[in-house]
Amino acid sequence: MKNKFIYLAVLAAGFISCEPEFENEVSNASYSSGDADFSSYVAVGNSLTAGYMDGTVSRVGQSYSYPNTLAGQFAVVGGGIFTQPSFEDDINNLGGLTLGGFPIGGTRIIINASAGGPQPISGSSTIEVSNLQAQAYHNMGVPGAKSFHLLSNTYGDVAGVVPQTANPYFVRHATSASATVLGDAMSMNPTFFTNWIGNNDILSYATSGGIGVDRLGNLNPATYGPNDITDPQVFASVYSTIINTLTSGPVPAKGVVATIPEVTSIPYFTTVPFNAVPLDAATAAQLNSGYATYNAGLVFAYNNSFISEAELSKRTISFRAGKNAVVMVDEYLTNLSGFGIPSYRHATSSDLIVLPAMSFIGTLVGGDPLRVNGVSEPLADKWVLSKDEKMLVANATAAFNNAIVSIAASKNIAVADMNAIMTKLKGGLTIEDGTIYTANYFSSATAGTVLFSLDGVHPNARGYAVISNEIIKVINSFYNANIPLVSAAGFPGATILTSN
Amino acid sequence: MRKLLSLTLLALAGSSAFAGGYRVSIQGQKQLAMGHTGVAVVNSAEVTFFNPAGMAFLENKFNLSVGASALFAETKFQNSTYNWTASTSNVGTPFNVYATYKINDWLTAGMAIYTPYGSAVEWDQDWQGSHLVNNIDLKAIFVQPTVSVRLGEHFSIGGGPIYVTGSVDFNRNLSRNLTDEDGDRTDLQISAKGISAWGYTAGLMFNPTDKIRLGLNYRSEITMEARDGDAIFNDVPAYAAGTLTNTTFNADLPLPGELTTGLSVQVTDKWLLAFDYNYTLWSVYKSLDVEFNNGLPTSVNPRNYKNSSSYRVGTQYSATDKFTFRAGWYIDESPVQDGYFAPETPRNDGMGFTGGLTYQVNNKLGVDFSFLYLHFDEIDNSYDHYSDGSSFGGTYKSSVFSPGVGVTYSF
Repeated sequence: MKNKFIYLAVLAAGFISCEPEFENEVSNASYSSGDADFSSYVAVGNSLTAGYMDGTVSRVGQSYSYPNTLAGQFAVVGGGIFTQPSFEDDINNLGGLTLGGFPIGGTRIIINASAGGPQPISGSSTIEVSNLQAQAYHNMGVPGAKSFHLLSNTYGDVAGVVPQTANPYFVRHATSASATVLGDAMSMNPTFFTNWIGNNDILSYATSGGIGVDRLGNLNPATYGPNDITDPQVFASVYSTIINTLTSGPVPAKGVVATIPEVTSIPYFTTVPFNAVPLDAATAAQLNSGYATYNAGLVFAYNNSFISEAELSKRTISFRAGKNAVVMVDEYLTNLSGFGIPSYRHATSSDLIVLPAMSFIGTLVGGDPLRVNGVSEPLADKWVLSKDEKMLVANATAAFNNAIVSIAASKNIAVADMNAIMTKLKGGLTIEDGTIYTANYFSSATAGTVLFSLDGVHPNARGYAVISNEIIKVINSFYNANIPLVSAAGFPGATILTSN
Repeated sequence: MRKLLSLTLLALAGSSAFAGGYRVSIQGQKQLAMGHTGVAVVNSAEVTFFNPAGMAFLENKFNLSVGASALFAETKFQNSTYNWTASTSNVGTPFNVYATYKINDWLTAGMAIYTPYGSAVEWDQDWQGSHLVNNIDLKAIFVQPTVSVRLGEHFSIGGGPIYVTGSVDFNRNLSRNLTDEDGDRTDLQISAKGISAWGYTAGLMFNPTDKIRLGLNYRSEITMEARDGDAIFNDVPAYAAGTLTNTTFNADLPLPGELTTGLSVQVTDKWLLAFDYNYTLWSVYKSLDVEFNNGLPTSVNPRNYKNSSSYRVGTQYSATDKFTFRAGWYIDESPVQDGYFAPETPRNDGMGFTGGLTYQVNNKLGVDFSFLYLHFDEIDNSYDHYSDGSSFGGTYKSSVFSPGVGVTYSF
């Protein structure tokens, strides 16, 4: 009897230890780096690479940069240490920038639930530009950098911050006053790189509502203003230099370059409607009488063949009861200033109103109830990226992306087509877990799925996670690697506070 | 005896029972050892559960069976897209107390107390599927007063009401990313105790010869209606504190009806064979809807279970006066359909291997031993009906092992 009990106990113990086992147990050993070597991964780029979001780089925001997320995944397949510029001085995670104690960049944007909208978080930035780190990092994303800035040897000189020849973010960590972004990147001896540059070569023009100049044909970037569009030949030449340099190591580094998304689909341009000015019949009539002289001038110009019938129709200002399109200045209209006729028209669905106009349209000029911005006071150029300006942006984007793709091909470097991703995002991008993401701006209904941060231009942490995955998928297929994705859903969106 | 009974109940009721789904087929040491067959087996007081009609054919005037099992269940989860691994392992203690008393030649009364439902799953808090479940603990105790009436030599009927008392605790994160200001995930804990409900069981038994028994048993659907349970929101961000207020909730959890039919054959004096076919009407479990009493929208969680079958075979060999050996095997179809595979009941089709023995101390007292090993193939499946449109899935692999012990007393 006793023996039987022992036998039973042994049998029981045998079964208890019979834990479930998978045929192929998932562990870090399940993944591989393929043909790539991630021992020194270096990221080159602009604000998108730096982890800029909600209008700034903050200590916590930077931790969600896509290169940092990528490096975390690379670590599974032999990736080395990954360093980012220090934001330890951002004690309260407010972001922003100061120079000599004076604020030169706003704090990060949050949603103030009591005010019902986005605003910079209260408090003073503790990120001081003149606190020089003089150190190269694996993340060499510099917010605001255009393609040619990566080669500039004045871009990291603190003396150049005020005259705007230097970049306050690069100044903080440039290894010397004459260091270049690319040079500092190369000092990290990259075995693998990502390069996502060129966005600002068009973006600053677009976000400024097209107040800059399209520098097509001007091959000297030293003459460009901050809001100008870079000439495509300049871009291609700079881009070649960057890629040639990044791949110039004794063992040429492998890497991924990213194309430039069509910027006009970002929430910065798609959130403010062109035609949402509500008017009653009486106000509409009053406004129309205010434009009667202007409209009469247009008829005169048309009757004398200075403008076409189509332009007459386009320029005629007419309000009615209901929702109305804003009135804007359009420098691409026939110049009738010789007759004292300004270049006004109603905006159309082809024009893009910039995000900051959200809190401008409808405000009064000097408290005068008859001078309403966007209605009786036409919106100035900077508030609207007009149809013609949009075209310049689109042309430059296409030219830059052609250059990126062909230069990458010549070096056998993988391309992450962020432009294609952006196009998909417009219509709804379905990711691996079935979630459908869009390119919309924050709303309380979409707080859990929005990918763009509150500045309307840059992704939030969740958006950067989606970008990381797109890059990983490119690496996996191009370099025969098997790197796990991150689950974007768990990454945070906007900061929402009850008060500010 | 009564004192012992209540003490045992008290000790056991505190622990929970678990098997892949929330039906736990461990309702008697002897019958479990025979593949959990029993609708046409007259062995012991366990028949009160398996087919109340069979009580009338028990030979002794009084029969008592008391037993409990220790149930070790483990489920592992992995997803190679994201390099995710997780696991839950739980211990449960399903128990049963059965007693019958032969009032006269044609009438037998009985009482059954058992735990056929229960589910405890405890993943790590904030694990990858935490928006579906962090942990769940479901307990239900069935109390079933029963009578059986013998109608002539070959035929009997039996049945009785079932009183159920149960409780549920469930915790999950509110969404895939909502956190408080410190980054702690916001979760919802719902708890309801003292949920009671009524149902019934009814059976027929027909013995065409003295070697063959045929049985049929129907157990009714019982809906556990949790009313005014506690719904507590934890780690709520300040801006949502006005809407995510602690409140009470209502929810219905159906315990499905089931129909079992089968036969047993006394092949020789010592050797018995039994076959059961079990059909569970799981399709009543369409959705787990939790209504909140503070104006929050109802949480709708589609389940869309399908009716499922189990096929069971068992055998018993009375080797000596002292020793009886048993073995069994069954296939248990999962009610969970593809795309509804939620980690709260990560159950796919299983295959049970059982065995056991009785040591008869004397002609009144016997000691029963049983074991169950429930094997599940690994399965790739997902839950595709989360409120934000996302899917959560991967590869799951479960196993269950449960040794049990019981005593039988009869005179």
